[in-house]
Amino acid sequence: MKFSIVKDFLVAQYKIIRGNRFGMFGAVILLFFGVIALLAPYIAPYELWESLRDSSGKLAILRHPSLEFPLGTTAMGRDLLSQLILATRTTVLIGLTSGLVSILIGANIGLLSGYYGGKLDEVFMRFTDIVYGMPFLPFLIVLISLFGRNIWFVIIAICCIIWRTSARVIRAQVMSIRQRQYIQAAKARGCSNFRIIYGHIMPNILPLLLLYTAFNIAWSVLAEAGASFLGFSDPNNITWGGMLYNLWISGKIRTAWWWFATPSICIILLVSALVFISRAYEEVANPRLKQR
Amino acid sequence: MNHTLDVKNLKTHYSSEEGKVKAVDGVSFAIGENQVFGLAGESGCGKSTLIRTIMRLIPKSAKVTAERLLFKEHDLLRVSDKFFREKILWQGISLVPQSAMNALNPVYRVGDQCTEAILAHTNVSKAKAVETVVKMFDAVGLQSGLMKAYPHEFSGGMRQRAMLAMSLVLSPELVVMDEPTTGLDVLVQERILRNLKEIRKNTKTSAAILLITHDISVIAGMSDRIGIMYAGKLMETADSMELFNEPYHPYTLGLKNAFPSIKALDRELISIPGSPPNLTHNIPGCLFYERCPFSIDVCRYEKPEEMEVLPNHFVQCHRTEHVMEFRKLAGEKKTWQFSK
Repeated sequence: MKFSIVKDFLVAQYKIIRGNRFGMFGAVILLFFGVIALLAPYIAPYELWESLRDSSGKLAILRHPSLEFPLGTTAMGRDLLSQLILATRTTVLIGLTSGLVSILIGANIGLLSGYYGGKLDEVFMRFTDIVYGMPFLPFLIVLISLFGRNIWFVIIAICCIIWRTSARVIRAQVMSIRQRQYIQAAKARGCSNFRIIYGHIMPNILPLLLLYTAFNIAWSVLAEAGASFLGFSDPNNITWGGMLYNLWISGKIRTAWWWFATPSICIILLVSALVFISRAYEEVANPRLKQR
Repeated sequence: MNHTLDVKNLKTHYSSEEGKVKAVDGVSFAIGENQVFGLAGESGCGKSTLIRTIMRLIPKSAKVTAERLLFKEHDLLRVSDKFFREKILWQGISLVPQSAMNALNPVYRVGDQCTEAILAHTNVSKAKAVETVVKMFDAVGLQSGLMKAYPHEFSGGMRQRAMLAMSLVLSPELVVMDEPTTGLDVLVQERILRNLKEIRKNTKTSAAILLITHDISVIAGMSDRIGIMYAGKLMETADSMELFNEPYHPYTLGLKNAFPSIKALDRELISIPGSPPNLTHNIPGCLFYERCPFSIDVCRYEKPEEMEVLPNHFVQCHRTEHVMEFRKLAGEKKTWQFSK
């Protein structure tokens, strides 16, 4: 029984994405990165920080892409393909974790605030206003200088900032749903507030929720890349932004185009895949978009 | 006689910027077991507020007072919200809401919503709950296959009947029907009312019904007892035959005129001039004074007490002793053409 609900849900999601060509494209890319992230340690050809030598025994420094090193090497003679694959895992992990945690915070604040209104709404919304006043990078820099460079602090910093937009939008939607006749009817049936919020209102805003989940994940990937590029990421866990940071500090950014190209393309691909998927959900949340 | 619902001097006052709104102001009535009580009145007379007060669906800011508000042995003024929600709502008192067409959640299958209501209130197994819903669907004339459909796949009448089925799944002692036939065509209306009668006859535990509508003909056909509500007060309460044959209150006389009769098709319909008073104003006298063709000075300055003109027939009017004359005059159009 429980399984059939999950199945129904997944089938419905598949139909939504299937109905939109860009959405399908996004889903394929997402799946591709997902598989790479899962299998990363098994498919990376070399060790992450190993300085490699070519067949003649020379240190393989700044090699162009070739059969031996498909995506070239770094200034330290490290394999870029291996770095890219392992960086995919960290990037996807950060993106997913902070995207999901932030929607969890944002959705709950939006639901409670919109449903109860009054004092609770006032407190939550003023708190959201305060968070709107917090800039991301300075916040991250403070966090890192206090606790040290660690991917979890990057995740926490992203989560703390990013929920604000989803909370606002979801609150507005909940306030409209709350007034519908069927919510009043549910109340007359003796439903508890908890059941009304999560059983009756939430399913009605699900497309919006998924839309903002995709948005939040995309934003997290971008924020993480920006932070890493500026050197605020964990040096032990490489990310795409971190690869660009290494390129920057090596001083070879004008010559080593292959080092620059692949992480950038990956960032663009993953973020646009998420945006395409969110577009597919946006059409469900706002059907007028379809007619254009 | 045991009462399912016993209300005495119930008041619901909202505070607004313009002052206190006396939406329900001192209403008393009782519904016996298995009785159909019809509550009629114009839009905005407080019918919906009255039932929302009883079912605790009004905002917390509203001030509710009553001398007595009993549902069976439970004192509804005392019981906790939690007990009320879990034990009294739906199991004791269920509601077929106004415009029941929109009262189904669009994202759930209709059958699942009915089943949820059972599972949330009782400990029966899912299979048993589904069985009950199938039985109820059958009783209201919906095929059980329709349980798998979503509300938007239903027509208005089907949704209405689904709501009716849902309100009956837990066999409550009191079903409140808030304008159950508004917005439906007459054929569907007739079918739903017939359904209701059949269900009451067929199921052993037949519930008392509080039927609220502004359609006098629906009330006339269904109710055992009728209350006529005006501006937050019950103007006249009586058994239904008596109310139609021997009305006492000028407002009841006026309402009777405003509806067509099958026996006198060529009779011209006469409406009551004016509109209900603003409930924020503090009116010292009878609330119907402005629109009443039979009013005298005392009506303006003194509130009429509720009196029992015949056994179990209550009226709030100063001039009940002249009722014979009123009944004669009320049928004439010129009686209602006046201005004050």
